[in-house]
Amino acid sequence: MRIVVLVKHVPDIQSERALGPDGRVVRDGGDGTINELDENAVEAALLLVEQHGGEVVALTVGPADAVDAVRRALQLGADAGVHVLDDAIAGSDVFGTVAVLAAAVRRLGAETPVDLVVTGMAGLDGLTSLVPAALAAELDLPQLTLASELTVDATESGWTARVRRDLDHATEVLEATLPALVSVTDQANEPRYPNFKGIMAARKKPVEVLALADLGVGATTVGDAGARTEVVDAARRPTRENRILVTDDGDAGLRLAAYLVENKLV
Amino acid sequence: MTTPVTGPVLVLLDHAADGGLRQPVLELLTAARALGTVHGAWTADADGSDPDARTLELLGTYGVETVHRLDVGDADVRLTPVLAQGLTALVQSAGASVLLLTSSFENKEVAARVGLATGAGVVVDASAVEVADDRVVAAKTVFAGTWNTRCAVRTPLAVIALKAGSVQAEPAAERVTATVVAQAVTVDDGARRVRVTEHTERAASTRPDLAAAQVVVVGGRGTNGDFALLEELADVLGGAVGATRVATDEGWIGHDAQIGQTGVTVAPQLYIGAGVSGAVHHRGGMQSAGTIVAINNDPEAPIFEIADFGIVGDLFTVLPQATAELRRLKG
Ligand SMILES: Cc1cc2nc3c(=O)[nH]c(=O)nc-3n(C[C@H](O)[C@H](O)[C@H](O)COP(=O)(O)OP(=O)(O)OC[C@H]3O[C@@H](n4cnc5c(N)ncnc54)[C@H](O)[C@@H]3O)c2cc1C
Repeated sequence: MRIVVLVKHVPDIQSERALGPDGRVVRDGGDGTINELDENAVEAALLLVEQHGGEVVALTVGPADAVDAVRRALQLGADAGVHVLDDAIAGSDVFGTVAVLAAAVRRLGAETPVDLVVTGMAGLDGLTSLVPAALAAELDLPQLTLASELTVDATESGWTARVRRDLDHATEVLEATLPALVSVTDQANEPRYPNFKGIMAARKKPVEVLALADLGVGATTVGDAGARTEVVDAARRPTRENRILVTDDGDAGLRLAAYLVENKLV
Repeated sequence: MTTPVTGPVLVLLDHAADGGLRQPVLELLTAARALGTVHGAWTADADGSDPDARTLELLGTYGVETVHRLDVGDADVRLTPVLAQGLTALVQSAGASVLLLTSSFENKEVAARVGLATGAGVVVDASAVEVADDRVVAAKTVFAGTWNTRCAVRTPLAVIALKAGSVQAEPAAERVTATVVAQAVTVDDGARRVRVTEHTERAASTRPDLAAAQVVVVGGRGTNGDFALLEELADVLGGAVGATRVATDEGWIGHDAQIGQTGVTVAPQLYIGAGVSGAVHHRGGMQSAGTIVAINNDPEAPIFEIADFGIVGDLFTVLPQATAELRRLKG
């Protein structure tokens, strides 16, 4: 089974994150990390390959330091990495990004067929959750998204992937025959930590760097030029004023009730 | 200034299996009226049923003139690729300028796919939408609710997913008669490759929907699993009950109650968190609440950094006292 897992380098969720005047995420390179939810995607891919054999290729699209996300995946056990790096990509919206990701997956598939594309359920920077569905559509793959459980079994029709997912009003089990695209939630598994052996081994693993020209993606579909939306205003939310902090002396419940009444919240 | 868009605004009319409209749909319709002429997209159930008379009347009250009943034949409309193909066809046949949906996980997937198929600009998790300088502009908060942004759509069709609870639902000044137009769409084989082998609707709760509730009472690890205390307070306040991931992982409450970056995003008028530390993953789903109340026995808990009213204390004494007092005050 050949699995491509998408990994994204994002500003650390614990750090102070900001938007620049151009409405883009400020990437000062310092405190970036692999998108936490992509660790669940990497784990899901590794578990499947441990069970069924095959290889895991970690794919990222992003500026120079985005390769860190690929490195992390390699340390965890992915076999190879691909980093699509091109200045023209900066400022891409979801559709620009998806065009590049799809082209990269197609290129990998032309070498050796790709059975499964695995992604995290969302990027913890933009948090739109749009990439998995859009990429499945672009690649014309069946989509099994938001998996909190994932299994792949050999069946008569080939590999069959099965996911359980919780939606707002229902719980579902979906099935499809591979090739397919799966997105996983943080419920799907417990990501492993890289160990010393993994860290050493990762140094020898290949990371292919590709530019847009290698993928045949035109510069006008990506970057700010290709973006279909633009941020026209971005401002840090004002901090809350008139904050009250009380220590309970036996009447805090009464004070809370009074506060809610005073502020017309009941 | 708001000038209406040229084509109709198509609103996806999410409804339960019994045909009842989901609460946030009325909010979408209210937002849609400010943008232009409102059309609805109704997905026919397996038996091809129309919205019933009561639902149609409600839609008319909210200014919906035309309801497109989407019929996808024997394809499963619960699958987002199927729904997305149907809506793409509807958007095109109605000449819509805007497609509005509730920002649920399923609908965000639909938005992504319609955007891909039509070339539309997409904004999800929006908290408001307007027309400014002849473009559709959506407001949204990012980075765990710490930044406010406004995003303009550059394309002729805008696909906007609005968060539940962002708009106050209000009937139109004048009611209209909603007429149903059947729209049969042939879905291609590609959208049918996924099979739904199990589908269990969650039992409807008597409390408001978490995502749309104006008051949300949230329990974390500190509750030790005692959600009865929270439910009592939620009942007095007419609110919904939510939880942190720790509480759902412990099985104290269903996973659907989880608030945060991998759970539900809420933006209620009032958020009350008890025994919740305020981890950044949780804050991402609640930080844009109007008023934040926190009860925690650790004065260093990060949630106090964002609380309007913080109580350093034991939730097992504070909550029952507050609930009893509110009951008394309400008489
Ligand atoms: C990828 C990823 C995604 C995540 N997504 C989410 C998410 O969507 N939502 C989410 O909530 N979490 C999420 N988490 C988990 C998150 O990081 C925190 O672990 C979680 O929010 C903590 O929950 P808690 O506040 O209930 O528990 P804790 O952090 O353990 O806090 C419990 C608090 O209760 C207080 N307390 C204890 N006893 C009492 C008492 N008697 N009275 C008053 N206070 C008391 C303690 O002082 C403490 O502050 C995610 C984590 C990861 C890695």
